[in-house]
Amino acid sequence: MRYAMAIDTRKCVGCSDCVVACQTENDVPIGFCRDWVTETVDGTYPNVSIELRSERCNHCDNSPCVRCCPTGASHFEDGGIVLVTHNKCIGCGACIQSCPYEARYSHPDGYVDKCTFCIHRVRKGENPACVSVCPTKCMYFGDLDDPNSEIVNVLKNRKFKALSPEAGTKPNIFYLT
Amino acid sequence: MKEELFVSGRNIPNIDPYLNIWHWQIPIYLFLGGLAAGILFLAGVYTILGKEKEMQATVKWAPFIVPFALIIGLGMLFLDLKHKLYFWQLYTTIRLQSPMGWGAWVLMIMTPISIIWSASYLREVFPNWDWKFKFLCTFEAWVIKNRKLIAWPMAIYAVILGIYTGILLSAFNARPLWNTTILGPLFLVSGMSTGAATIILMSKNHEERKLISRLDLLFIAVELFFIVHMIMGFLAGSQVQIDAANLFLGGQFTVPFFVFVIILGLLFPAVLEILELIGFKMPIIIPAILVLLGGLIFRFIMVEAGQITRYLY
Ligand code: SF4
Ligand code: SF4
Repeated sequence: MRYAMAIDTRKCVGCSDCVVACQTENDVPIGFCRDWVTETVDGTYPNVSIELRSERCNHCDNSPCVRCCPTGASHFEDGGIVLVTHNKCIGCGACIQSCPYEARYSHPDGYVDKCTFCIHRVRKGENPACVSVCPTKCMYFGDLDDPNSEIVNVLKNRKFKALSPEAGTKPNIFYLT
Repeated sequence: MKEELFVSGRNIPNIDPYLNIWHWQIPIYLFLGGLAAGILFLAGVYTILGKEKEMQATVKWAPFIVPFALIIGLGMLFLDLKHKLYFWQLYTTIRLQSPMGWGAWVLMIMTPISIIWSASYLREVFPNWDWKFKFLCTFEAWVIKNRKLIAWPMAIYAVILGIYTGILLSAFNARPLWNTTILGPLFLVSGMSTGAATIILMSKNHEERKLISRLDLLFIAVELFFIVHMIMGFLAGSQVQIDAANLFLGGQFTVPFFVFVIILGLLFPAVLEILELIGFKMPIIIPAILVLLGGLIFRFIMVEAGQITRYLY
């Protein structure tokens, strides 16, 4: 099993519903977020292109954050989901330094927090909160090892990219372009 | 033209707009670690060479600072933690891939060695010192007899500790300014140089001071070479590394880096030490203090600047 997400940058309208859904679902403290939406504008008027991306932890296959954690608080769960065990985390900040995507933050309670792919929902067979709430249905969540899954299908038929693959972390969030 | 912004208004403390999760504690931790490594290395080497008589400050007095430096260093590491109550878990896990874990363990081994080393010289400072318990006296006698034997692992561990202070940073691929293998050796020689400076400050023997300041000159030369090497390496690297080097070559850290680290921390003390060597009378305290300050500021700049370098997608 290898969980991943594909996000359609052509359908996304930047409404930030995914951000709010995550904050509500996961009790993210005010002023923090586990996912966020960026807008990249390329070119000068009238030749401009805009790309909207909903970003979060990439649940990397080769994740530096798991490697550098001195206590094993950052670890892999089934399906390659990267999680932080709160009462094992000492808050040293090494994993925050190690993430090329700035996907982690220091929770006001001291431990490090980030996207969990809503593992509590996924284990019940549901989609992560961000995916299920998206009004344009631009996000696909699923198992890359299952040839019949929607995500494998969409990645087969569309052009896609990952963010900063040169950072070498083997990210698992793919952006359909 | 390409511009990126957060549509969802992300502004997380210490992460946006620039990462600043490690504050003053980490540079001080690295500085004290390097200083301790420098002193213990020189103490070990001169003990192995059988020079205890000639190099009193190196072998006996300067190492008294080390246990304090290491304990304060560990204290700094502790202060940096945000989930402090769970600190003990650093010592219930061994994770070879984690530089943070390495550091905690290396310090845990180094601190007792340095305490034992200094304790064995305690009676030379306070002749009336009494260890109270018999087994402590026996242990002391054993240590005094086997100093050369202890000096070997001590010197080797000192090198590991010194290199470690650089590796803690260089292991982070996500921070291009740190992600260079030269950082280990660079922080090691810089630590040696600050250790030598401390010895110079503590020594009352002219010959010893001269010898150590000559060594310091060598450390400074190697350090300068490594810094040039590091920047050349960045400039020959990928875009993120070129951007990292440019922080020092015209970017926002140019002035503090060249003024405090290169000129005041390395070149100026080197010139003073050379003048002293060719016979001019120099207050040797000045280059020593400049080297110490330069080493401290160097670590502050590296930690601060490294955090703002990143992969931009
Ligand atoms: S995106 Fe960052 S936090 Fe998430 S797995 Fe990759 S390196 Fe770790
Ligand atoms: S902050 Fe917590 S999760 Fe991150 S590396 Fe340190 S102990 Fe591990």
